[in-house]
Amino acid sequence: MAEIIDMPKLSDTMSVGTLVKWNIKEGQVVAFGDILAEVETDKATMELSCTVPGTILKIFAPAGQQLPVGAPICAIGKKGEAAPEAAAAPAPKAPKTAVPAIPEKAEVSCVPAAPASSGSVTPQSDASRTKASPYAKRMAEKAALNVAALSGSGPGGRVVGRDVAAAASAPAASAPSGPLNVAVAPPADGKGIQPDADVPVGGMRQTIARRLLESKITVPHFYLEVEVDAAPLMAMRESLNKRLAETGADAIKLSVNDFILKASAEALRRVPAVNASWAGTSIRTHGAVHLSFGVALEDGLVTPVIRDAHAKTLKDIAIEAKALIGKARSKKLTPSEMSGSTFTVTNLGMFGVTGFFGIINVPNAAILSVGATIKKPVVDAQDRLVIGHRMVIGLSGDHRVVDGANAAQFLQALKQLLEEPALMLI
Amino acid sequence: MAVISYREALRAAMREELKRDDKVVIMGEEVAQFNGAYKVTEGLLKEFGPKRIVDTPISEAGFIGLGIGASMLGIRPVMELMFWSFSYVAFDQIVNNAGNIRYMSGGLINCPIVIRGPANGGTNVGATHSHTPEAILASHPGIKVVCPATPYDAKGLLKAAIRDNDPVYVMENTILYNDKGEVPDEDYIVPLGVADVKRIGTDLTIVAHGRAVITSLKAAEILEKEHGVSVEVVDLRSIRPLDEETILASVRKTHRALLVEENKPFCGVDAQVAYLIQSKAFDELDAPIHRVSSIDAPQIYCKRMEDQQMPSVDRVVAEALKVLA
Repeated sequence: MAEIIDMPKLSDTMSVGTLVKWNIKEGQVVAFGDILAEVETDKATMELSCTVPGTILKIFAPAGQQLPVGAPICAIGKKGEAAPEAAAAPAPKAPKTAVPAIPEKAEVSCVPAAPASSGSVTPQSDASRTKASPYAKRMAEKAALNVAALSGSGPGGRVVGRDVAAAASAPAASAPSGPLNVAVAPPADGKGIQPDADVPVGGMRQTIARRLLESKITVPHFYLEVEVDAAPLMAMRESLNKRLAETGADAIKLSVNDFILKASAEALRRVPAVNASWAGTSIRTHGAVHLSFGVALEDGLVTPVIRDAHAKTLKDIAIEAKALIGKARSKKLTPSEMSGSTFTVTNLGMFGVTGFFGIINVPNAAILSVGATIKKPVVDAQDRLVIGHRMVIGLSGDHRVVDGANAAQFLQALKQLLEEPALMLI
Repeated sequence: MAVISYREALRAAMREELKRDDKVVIMGEEVAQFNGAYKVTEGLLKEFGPKRIVDTPISEAGFIGLGIGASMLGIRPVMELMFWSFSYVAFDQIVNNAGNIRYMSGGLINCPIVIRGPANGGTNVGATHSHTPEAILASHPGIKVVCPATPYDAKGLLKAAIRDNDPVYVMENTILYNDKGEVPDEDYIVPLGVADVKRIGTDLTIVAHGRAVITSLKAAEILEKEHGVSVEVVDLRSIRPLDEETILASVRKTHRALLVEENKPFCGVDAQVAYLIQSKAFDELDAPIHRVSSIDAPQIYCKRMEDQQMPSVDRVVAEALKVLA
């Protein structure tokens, strides 16, 4: 009896995968553990290993094709056996599959601006807790609709089959199903800077688009900024790196970002209220600091996670960050290395950006945005005009979880650690 | 096709099987000379004589034991209980001996006994005469239980029961005895373990057995006429073996289920059916499964209160609308 191998779900958020490369051909004999293909998910390129030994009877999808999770990709059976039909093999889906009906979701979970000083925010129905019948959920999955985006007509607001049916048959307003109507700009006459084209996007870009849109429209962001005297940090970094370089072959080099990561973990220990998540009707506090940081790639970015950063030394963090950056650039990060963060640090200092505010990496309560250290005139404690080494740090906070005051306390703690960096070493 | 009553259909089944197989005998209280307490066996003594149609003493444990012993030796007894409520005094014979002998003899001894009789409430005969023990009996592996709702099924199921080599318990209903329906003249059986879709619909599945099927069909009419709802009614016919696939196929179509039975709700047949549906068709469900059964109390003697206790058309309609919300 031949078995059909489906596109596996290789990460929590994966809804489609791209068959980057087939390692096998039809007719080839495969054993348990053989690598059948490479699959690009929204997060990484992963190897798909064989779980059914036998002969490859049929390959249903060519390399390069993007398929939804669960779509048949090949059939394995006995040599000479007829390949089974790929029952209802879904056609290669346009990128739309990965895009839930976000505009409506905004209506469901968007929070009215809360008074800045008040700690009370109206409790929201958590999107992940939308009540839906099992049948409605299954229908929505088939129709690539997000049940959380639908309004339920069943008892207690439960989303039932008829609601999904109505949404699926409704025009694009409730279920964006085609390319968005982008206003057409007149084409370049003669020499443009690039071709006029619709460039298909991969899984990672889809994930970035989906998650950041969701965050920006469902999380009530607020922004704080602090300027740090980076001179002591620069001096310490220079002296540490100089000494570390002398240790020889296994020398590590500490980056500014390593110090920021360490200082963030330490500042979270001092102000743990920021190390938390909005959980619908409660705030979930996290005992450990799992620190995520942005790594820019040619075609997007990923956010690997340093686990238990609160318990790690500056050196541990530097070594681990370096390893994760290497893996990220070769797209070898596993989904578990990219999930479960409690706080995120992004840094555009190396590009000379002086200050910015990132979009919160849900379900974190805040994201830290680090700018470049620049020389500029400052007034010192003795009211003298001197040359300062200044770094601007921005914090975007989820106002459902943290308020201005505790976010400010966090920045205060962070500033102190960065300005007296020796504190990080103890 | 002749239109005959449920009672006549049962009698015809026994008559045909008595003729077909000389090992078939009828035994029970008043089945012979009195023509049956409910006249189901009327005329059989005259036609088949006292060797085949045997009156027994008022001793259920004794005569059911007699029938079980005879069945082990090749006789195919059809035992009448005046009420299934009286089976409780013969429980050891019915459950322990009949239900286990094939297993405990390593398959060497069969027990092809049929026990039949009315098992229903709703006739103002009090708590001790109104039991519906199909769930209790069906919970024992080795025992088969059927609950016909129509004359056609009554005849077909009883004939299948008589021909089956295991103990089969046929639960009839005194309120249905006079119900009429079309029954073929030619020989037929209704196989054990095959449910029947009594009404085709698309919006809601009602699963029922016995007289609850009739109640549900009436409710389905009202739901269609007054509420524009298309209801499918699945008649289990056989409680054990249970036709899981027909139930699941219907739920996969309608995505909503209401279970109706005249049993008391606690550990009723529909508790098992509800478990089945949620376990094997969870992703098909668009609403929680609801049940309508007799109100959980000893059978009430006061007629007007008993009518309220039993699943009525009104209660089925009301509960169906809740499932459809």
